[in-house]
Amino acid sequence: MDGVHVIERNDFDALLDALTRRGYAIVGPTVRDQAIVYDEIASSADLPAGWTDEQEAGHYRLRRREDEALFGYAVGPHSWKQYQLPAEVKLWRARVDQDGGLSNVTEPPRESPRYAFLGARSCELHAVGILDRVLLGGSHPDPADAGRTKDLFIVAVQCGEAGGTCFCVSMKTGPVAERGFDLALTEVLEEHRHYFVVEVGSERGADVLADVPHGEAVEEDRTAAGAVHARTASQMGRELDVTEIKELLYRNYDHPRWEEVAERCLTCGNCTMVCPTCFCTTVEDVTDLAGEHVERHQRWDSCFTVDYSGIHDGAVRGSAKSRYRQWMTHKLATWHDQFGTSGCVGCGRCITWCPVGIDLTEEAAAIRESEEGPK
Amino acid sequence: MAAAAKKTLAVWKFSSCDGCQLSLLDLEDELLTLAARLEIAQFLEASSATVAGPYDVSLVEGSITTPHDAERIRAVRACSRALITIGACATAGGIQALRNFADVEEFTRAVYASPDYISTLATSTPISAHVPVDFELNGCPINKRQLLEVINAYLNARRPRVRAHSVCVECKRRGTVCVMVAHGTPCLGPVTHAGCGAICPAYDRGCYGCFGPKETPNPASLDHWSGLEDRDLVRVYRTYNAAAGPFRNASEAHE
Ligand code: SF4
Ligand code: SF4
Ligand code: SF4
Ligand code: SF4
Repeated sequence: MDGVHVIERNDFDALLDALTRRGYAIVGPTVRDQAIVYDEIASSADLPAGWTDEQEAGHYRLRRREDEALFGYAVGPHSWKQYQLPAEVKLWRARVDQDGGLSNVTEPPRESPRYAFLGARSCELHAVGILDRVLLGGSHPDPADAGRTKDLFIVAVQCGEAGGTCFCVSMKTGPVAERGFDLALTEVLEEHRHYFVVEVGSERGADVLADVPHGEAVEEDRTAAGAVHARTASQMGRELDVTEIKELLYRNYDHPRWEEVAERCLTCGNCTMVCPTCFCTTVEDVTDLAGEHVERHQRWDSCFTVDYSGIHDGAVRGSAKSRYRQWMTHKLATWHDQFGTSGCVGCGRCITWCPVGIDLTEEAAAIRESEEGPK
Repeated sequence: MAAAAKKTLAVWKFSSCDGCQLSLLDLEDELLTLAARLEIAQFLEASSATVAGPYDVSLVEGSITTPHDAERIRAVRACSRALITIGACATAGGIQALRNFADVEEFTRAVYASPDYISTLATSTPISAHVPVDFELNGCPINKRQLLEVINAYLNARRPRVRAHSVCVECKRRGTVCVMVAHGTPCLGPVTHAGCGAICPAYDRGCYGCFGPKETPNPASLDHWSGLEDRDLVRVYRTYNAAAGPFRNASEAHE
């Protein structure tokens, strides 16, 4: 199981074939609508070869690279959440009897394919773990949620480049994935050679690797991979001081900064939708026209919608201030009390995909500075 | 459940283009099932036969633009147990509410040979400005699936699945890449009421705001970030929902 190996670029498709032969549905990065999104991958021709992403608050652009790197970008608008907790799920269907009662309650088959996640980053592995804990750690986990990640095969990719909004170093979630993968690749591009340094993380990983032409990594290969990791770690686009951040935010529940950010916040919900750990859903009941059947659906929702905090007499969080504060304190503070970790892995998606560039690292820093002075 | 007595439905038209009420006829697959539960008692677009009221539910299309309209909507309200407005005209005043920002007499002089024959109000107003409304369905035009959902919910005495959050939520649920962030295309999605299914961004265009303002919209922040000029921002908000409060305020702020 141990040891470090090398797969040459030209043999990369053998890895995909080995996964396909084992019955995995491979999902990974591909270019669509001028972004790198996650979708089904049939061969390396589907991967974003030669593309990278330029990211800043409220800004993302696909850019051409000077090389043919397959994984030369950070993370895009999609996350693995869409496979772990799909945006819309039908939970059950039932007959409505004459007396209004329900009978024949049936749950639709909800087996998901056995997924192989190709190209998952360190922050994303942490996010998958955090979301799994949320979905499966309680007293009534939904077996369908458990099924989606049970047999997951993970081909991690060690980031070769940090995005402009990444801050995994601050969150201690990256950029190098140390566990939680079956195989981890570091992509190395040299003038006349394009290859992957491969770490094996599980028996299954070793079994798959055995089917792919590979060699043992020599000292130079390891050094090249180490250089990639160090370079990425030094490139973080953002940082977040997490020292006692929970206490900091709890102390500052009435800080004027919340009003200021509320002036800018659109309460559009994009940050929560793109966040790989945000798990909020709503359930909605639908009937057929004849009133003979009902169905219950679960869909992504967000603490930025009014209905999400709606009770009998209106919304608990009516103002933009209370909704932004709910989001940020949940990610960085209350999550610790609720699930024992941070709810943020530092992937930067909420910053990039906020249509008006609101940046939680900047908001947290402003609150800290008001107490401690500028850093 | 299905044995319940048939409810009567009436469809009314005020100042509008008919597009929204035609969505009802567009529900080809469901019309028969609908007809089994609803008696369509008054629907001049579909049939000239009408049944006298009162009606269980009235769908009202169009805005109020004449003194006669203003009278008639009271009569419609009086003979309707539930009144649902359909579309931007009935809900927000429609494109014809552009007159609210201009001089109507000047328009009538320019358009009609004998402006004296024209009896019109200075403004185009939504139904809710005249009578109480039980439910408002947004859109120019409405989404026929949403219309069906509202009727379905009414028939089955449940809450309609019609949410007032942003179009962004619909984009994200369907996996559409944000056209604003990734392409730099101006988009009203973050201030616009969901319901269309986020069609325009899925076709690489920005949202035009056809469904009107969302709950708690913040156009001022979006406008500031957009970098568009005032002149363009006025135009952006002066379309089908020009007179809807938050859009009206937004366009006036840039005048
Ligand atoms: S809060 Fe933002 S940076 Fe943190 S995990 Fe969520 S999307 Fe990523
Ligand atoms: S931040 Fe909001 S949407 Fe995300 S998990 Fe917390 S409450 Fe849910
Ligand atoms: S946050 Fe870290 S692990 Fe995630 S994409 Fe950026 S550099 Fe990679
Ligand atoms: S922080 Fe940004 S993405 Fe999140 S709700 Fe506010 S405006 Fe939308």
